[in-house]
Amino acid sequence: MSDIVISVKNLTKQFGNFVAVDNISFDVQRGEIFGFLGANGAGKTTAMRMLCGLSYPTSGSGTVAGYDVMRNGEQIKRHIGYMSQRFSLYNDLTVLENMRLFASIYGLSKKHTEERATELLNQLNFMSERNTLVGSLPLGWKQKLSFVIATIHHPDVIFLDEPTGGVDPITRRQFWELIYKAAENGTTIFVTTHYMDEAEYCSRVSIMVDGKICALDTPTRLKEQYSANSMDEVFRTLARGAKRGG
Amino acid sequence: MKGNFGSFVKKESLHILRDKRTMLVVMLIPVVLMLLFGFAISTEVNNINVAVVASNRTDGVKDAVEQISQNEYFTFCGYISPDQIDSKLRSSEVGAVVVFAADYDRRVEQASKGIPSKPLIQLIVDASNVNTAGSATAYLQNILLKSDAQQAMFETRMLFNPQLKSAYNFVPGIMGLIFILVCAMMTSVSIVREKEVGTMEVLLVSPVRPVKIIFAKMIPYFTISCIVLVMILLLARYLLGVPMSGGIWGIFSLSLLYLVLSLSLGLLISTIAQTQIAALLMSAMVLMMPILMLSGLLFPIENLPSFFQVLSNIIPARWYIDAMRKMMIQGDAITAVWHNCAILLGMTIALLGISLKKFNDKLE
Amino acid sequence: MKVFIALLQKEFLQIRRNSFLPRLIIAFPILVMLLMPLIMTMDVRNVNIAIVDLDHSSTSHRIASHINASEYLSLAQSTAEYPLALDALKHGDIDIIVQIPNNFERDMTISTPERISITANAVNATKGSMGLQYTVQTIAKALAELQCEKSPINVQELLTVENRYNPTLNYRYYMIPALMIILFILICGFLPALSIVGEKESGTIEQINVTPISKLTFTLSKLVPYWIIGLFVVTVAMIVARLVYGLSPVGSVATIYFGAILFIFTISGFSITIANFSDTMQQTMFVMFFFVMIFMLLSGLLTPIDSMPQWAQRFTLLLPPRYLVEILRSVYLKGTTFIELWPNFVALGIFAIFFNTLAALTYKKQA
Repeated sequence: MSDIVISVKNLTKQFGNFVAVDNISFDVQRGEIFGFLGANGAGKTTAMRMLCGLSYPTSGSGTVAGYDVMRNGEQIKRHIGYMSQRFSLYNDLTVLENMRLFASIYGLSKKHTEERATELLNQLNFMSERNTLVGSLPLGWKQKLSFVIATIHHPDVIFLDEPTGGVDPITRRQFWELIYKAAENGTTIFVTTHYMDEAEYCSRVSIMVDGKICALDTPTRLKEQYSANSMDEVFRTLARGAKRGG
Repeated sequence: MKGNFGSFVKKESLHILRDKRTMLVVMLIPVVLMLLFGFAISTEVNNINVAVVASNRTDGVKDAVEQISQNEYFTFCGYISPDQIDSKLRSSEVGAVVVFAADYDRRVEQASKGIPSKPLIQLIVDASNVNTAGSATAYLQNILLKSDAQQAMFETRMLFNPQLKSAYNFVPGIMGLIFILVCAMMTSVSIVREKEVGTMEVLLVSPVRPVKIIFAKMIPYFTISCIVLVMILLLARYLLGVPMSGGIWGIFSLSLLYLVLSLSLGLLISTIAQTQIAALLMSAMVLMMPILMLSGLLFPIENLPSFFQVLSNIIPARWYIDAMRKMMIQGDAITAVWHNCAILLGMTIALLGISLKKFNDKLE
Repeated sequence: MKVFIALLQKEFLQIRRNSFLPRLIIAFPILVMLLMPLIMTMDVRNVNIAIVDLDHSSTSHRIASHINASEYLSLAQSTAEYPLALDALKHGDIDIIVQIPNNFERDMTISTPERISITANAVNATKGSMGLQYTVQTIAKALAELQCEKSPINVQELLTVENRYNPTLNYRYYMIPALMIILFILICGFLPALSIVGEKESGTIEQINVTPISKLTFTLSKLVPYWIIGLFVVTVAMIVARLVYGLSPVGSVATIYFGAILFIFTISGFSITIANFSDTMQQTMFVMFFFVMIFMLLSGLLTPIDSMPQWAQRFTLLLPPRYLVEILRSVYLKGTTFIELWPNFVALGIFAIFFNTLAALTYKKQA
């Protein structure tokens, strides 16, 4: 299997006259943490939803984990994990029940499920909370839980849509440690964020403006290219020209 | 502040207008109900299939059968043998079977001469449908006993609804139901949704007074209801021919009062319910069910067990529907139903007071 | 299969954890079956009569006592002034005015008397016309009795009536099977839709959509709990009908269950289909309400289909509940057999397959 996990060529999504994603192309390598940046309304979530098989592209092509986004949406779903902007685990199930549910959905055996659940609970230091209803957990905990559940079946790629929105700095730090750990194990991370300090943690970063990708490189080289001190400055320089969003 | 209020109303109207499907359904429900009640549904029994058992098809029997088949209420389905009676009734092929005695002609003759006779006709009706059975019996008795002569002794009059249209009775009932549906159910759900999504807090921290926000939410629903009201009245008058001789302004103003009452009910529910489902279920259980069952909409109040008759007094729709029937069909003026108006007004003031108080308490 | 069981477990956990649903599922059928038969009576009884007696004869008294003795009519007022009675009629205190003309008794013996006038309030058409029928019959009987005392023939006795299958003309027996169907529509019609739209609104459905679960598995996991709940509801309803109203099916219980199961399949599949097309609860509820309204009014649950005009009767063939109405009423009251009712079962079976397939097909994992 090649080392390119996500490959996108001329991907476009149109809603009526509105071009949400305009002809974007990029590749993501195995084990990379790929930052997908852009102002609100730049088209990040739409692009990500196409890669996850939640939405059909209008035109263009792309493969995720070796499967075509146009034709094999359902195949892709076996090999990815996804964590949406909104918290979307079942609030009325307990931590363990949520884990077991998603483990069975991805076809883990019973024995394997229990092993994975114990492993993940330990990783989060959550053992004592395993029978707590998810709805009663604080937001930061919920987000960490969403993340590990997205990794429960050892996916090739994990898509994270603004995973740390509304989370305190300490939890944010812990969250990124989880991400690093997953990446070290060879999982590719595809993450959108608004926090520019988080962008600095990524292996490579793309910046979307008005549906197009207008910059794509490592954080260090992007800073050099735009002679900026931080990713924040890079982003501001690029986003200034945006016509939509806000 | 006035400008603010206007912009809130505009926001609410946009919400509603954008959800085209709900709008369509809200407008469609009253129209479809009116059409169904007007043209499709009839509580009158007017088509009963009748089979006849007669071992001798004498002239007398043929004569009687001829009369049955000519009657507008009956369809004659042929002669059957006695052992077919049960299966024909069981499979609902026929609703009634008339069994003529073998010596029918002779006995009729005897009877006419004044000689006492045993029963000469047996009527077997499918009583699993009670109303059909009752009507079938009554009509068949009239035909078979040739009680026309007796009928001539009576002069009958159907007041207010000489053509016996079931629709007349239902129009006020539909109004009582629809306005609760649109005003109470839709407002409560839309207020609770803002609570659920969290946009309510955003509105509440704005400099507009909370009460105004609530009124702004109600105005579009009130407007929709007014449109629906006009639609119903037009359909009732020109399509169904409901007389409405009691004065259109009386009908209109009492309906407006009822709209306000429904809105206050919606507000009250929204202050109690925390989630949309809760609001929906509460509206369904506390508002819809009682209206359907206890307001006299479908089931006459005087038929209810006495406990429910007493209970029906606290249901606003009961008073509204009753007053509407009198004004729309009997042609009473609004002054003739002042009793109902007073009760409805009292209920409105009480509900509005309670719900506003509860709403303000919630804020503190 | 394993995935399906996991999803099913999840559904049941969610229903159990809900503060309201378990209580609703248990209490609602019991309450409905206990109370509604008392309320849902459209048979015409308690018709209040006012007699305007201008004759004051033994004949008019006999008419009055006959009216009072009738099980359908009750004598509410006796007055000599027609306008007074008319006011009471307008006010709703009485339904029918019987006016017996002056010298009625005397004229009857000599020649044709002046006619008895009967005025009915027909605002409620059924009550007006049936009430009038009953009144005419009752008075005719009273007069016939008078005749009979003079001549030996009583015309009324020449005809006997057998009310087969429901000899006491108990309206409750007519309504109880209909109530069961109303319960299926409310419980298995609304709840699955709300459960799907609930997942849409809370966003959990998106988490499901990015997993490889097949449409069919997910749809089935939403349907099966309500099939089981539906079966529970039939059983509860039949027990209550038996214990409280002494009504047990004349025909076979298996036939009833079979019909009920097919209908529960149909209505829950229909419910999910509606939910698949809706985005918000408000929308779902209103669309469902619209269809439920048509089901209730046109399926023969409350008013006979035979009384509808031809076009409406043909339209009812498209409504699944009408077939179950036919099945349940016939089996319950008349003991009709499966073989006699087979076309109804075939129709329900087709609807069940159609709506469940539609439910699985219209569920969109991708936009």
